Amino acid sequence: MKVFIVPPNSLILFDLVERFGHKPLSIMGALSEKVTSKEIESPPLNVTVDDVKKGLKYAGIEVPSGIRGRLAIYGPLIDEAEAAIFMEDAPYMFGCVGCARTNEMVKLLVRKRKIPLLELDYPANDEEAKAVVQKVKAFLEGLK
Amino acid sequence: MIKIAQLSCGTEYSGVQDEIERAAGAVGGKMVYPDVDLEDIKSAIEKFGFNPVSPQLKLMIARAVNVAEGHYDADAVFIASCFRCAEAALVRTELRKYIQEHTRLPVVTYSFTERTKSAQMLTRMEALVTIVERKELLARERQVGLTAGIDSGSSTTKAMIMRDNEIIGKFWLPTQDVFSSADTALEKALAEAGVKREQLEAIGTTGYGRFTLGKRFNAKLVQEELTTNSKGAVWLADRQKGEATIIDIGGMDNKAITVRDGIPDNFTMGGICAGASGRFLEMVAKRLHVEITELGQMADKGDYKKVPMNSYCSVFGIQDLVTSLAAGNTMEDVASAACHSVAEQIFEQQLQEIEVRYPVIQVGGTSLISGMVRAMEDTLGQRPIVPPHSQYIGAAGAALLSSGFLEGH
Repeated sequence: MKVFIVPPNSLILFDLVERFGHKPLSIMGALSEKVTSKEIESPPLNVTVDDVKKGLKYAGIEVPSGIRGRLAIYGPLIDEAEAAIFMEDAPYMFGCVGCARTNEMVKLLVRKRKIPLLELDYPANDEEAKAVVQKVKAFLEGLK
Repeated sequence: MIKIAQLSCGTEYSGVQDEIERAAGAVGGKMVYPDVDLEDIKSAIEKFGFNPVSPQLKLMIARAVNVAEGHYDADAVFIASCFRCAEAALVRTELRKYIQEHTRLPVVTYSFTERTKSAQMLTRMEALVTIVERKELLARERQVGLTAGIDSGSSTTKAMIMRDNEIIGKFWLPTQDVFSSADTALEKALAEAGVKREQLEAIGTTGYGRFTLGKRFNAKLVQEELTTNSKGAVWLADRQKGEATIIDIGGMDNKAITVRDGIPDNFTMGGICAGASGRFLEMVAKRLHVEITELGQMADKGDYKKVPMNSYCSVFGIQDLVTSLAAGNTMEDVASAACHSVAEQIFEQQLQEIEVRYPVIQVGGTSLISGMVRAMEDTLGQRPIVPPHSQYIGAAGAALLSSGFLEGH
């Protein structure tokens, strides 16, 4: 199944989803398509003004442009997601560079889809980390 | 190459990153992104004392701390975030203060929309690069030789002829065709000065038409108006030493520039809407069926408190004024309210982005509107200095700075 991950650039969540036999929907995947497209010239992320307009599907015109640009990338992934995993309060190493407003909107959009959702808190020690992996494993295996 | 450290949030996702880099590249600058160690982000937030929710704003703060502590080598700083984001607006302003407190680097802040294009940022980037690259030229306090300055503004074109630190000729007219307006202004100024064009030792151009006119007149100096206007303002006001804030309410945009010993060190340039510019006052004068030159005295006689201005937008602002006239208010009250609306908008939107240093020098064509100066005085609590020939700051600055290129001086 296609599993959307939050933070959407988390390599660890990406790896876990893939290991347990599902397709992770991540920002890396979405952007790699744009970066390799020959028609677009707007480095470094190749988000264009047209993308920002596409973001209007997910948030109104009064919303800051950076949020709409992010939603233009995340939104289609959420639309095709069949399940999702959220990791709350993740530090930078886990992959959470971004805009807090977008992150809140992303979570709302996922919840509105009513798809299976696993919400986790970032582990504070080894024991909690093991428990997190167990929960992810159980959740992903349950999706099959 | 001038290294401009970019501290930002949202640029990559708003589709404006390329525009920022293009603007910097056009004026010989290069955007750089101060590296930070991930583990330093937390301590940087603690040092800075503001913990935003957005991770990218945290990163932006860590980069600023890195620059402020001298771990990253940059020549200037550009701080930018999305227009409308409240959290970023807070961080943007506080970071600007932080950088200025801890470094001597010139800073410019900007809030962008997805429609922001490199041309809109060009003047700001050019000023940043000039402050770094041309400190020696900017320190020039006297004009030497026989030089001319041409300021091709959005509303008016001004020319000034100077000889050995004296103004000997000047002329202004409304801008129509950039070339013919500049030709006329220069010829009339030359006639007043009693000199011929070929006698001029150097010409400096500034304003929106600076590049086109720079080529036509083979100018020695082609300079954006933030630099030339600040130089011209301190020269005309005889405030070359010490600190000052220059407020230039222009036809299309407004500039607020702080200077130290005549060299600009911070500036803000408005331009998202026309409600706070000279254009709005022109619209008001037209609606009141008076000349713009009469608007000031009219405003002096009015009471702005009697007219509710519910909007800072030029369109809705005029609507407020029309409603107010219909309700029986006098033209004087309406003129006064228009001037106060512009003053308040400058105070709320632009002077909050820089640290106002006294004295305030008010310049530009709108400084000739007495009601506008009074409105600024009411808003600031101190009467601004309006130097003689205050509408000629750009031309004066261009004539003065271009003399720095004369051989043997």
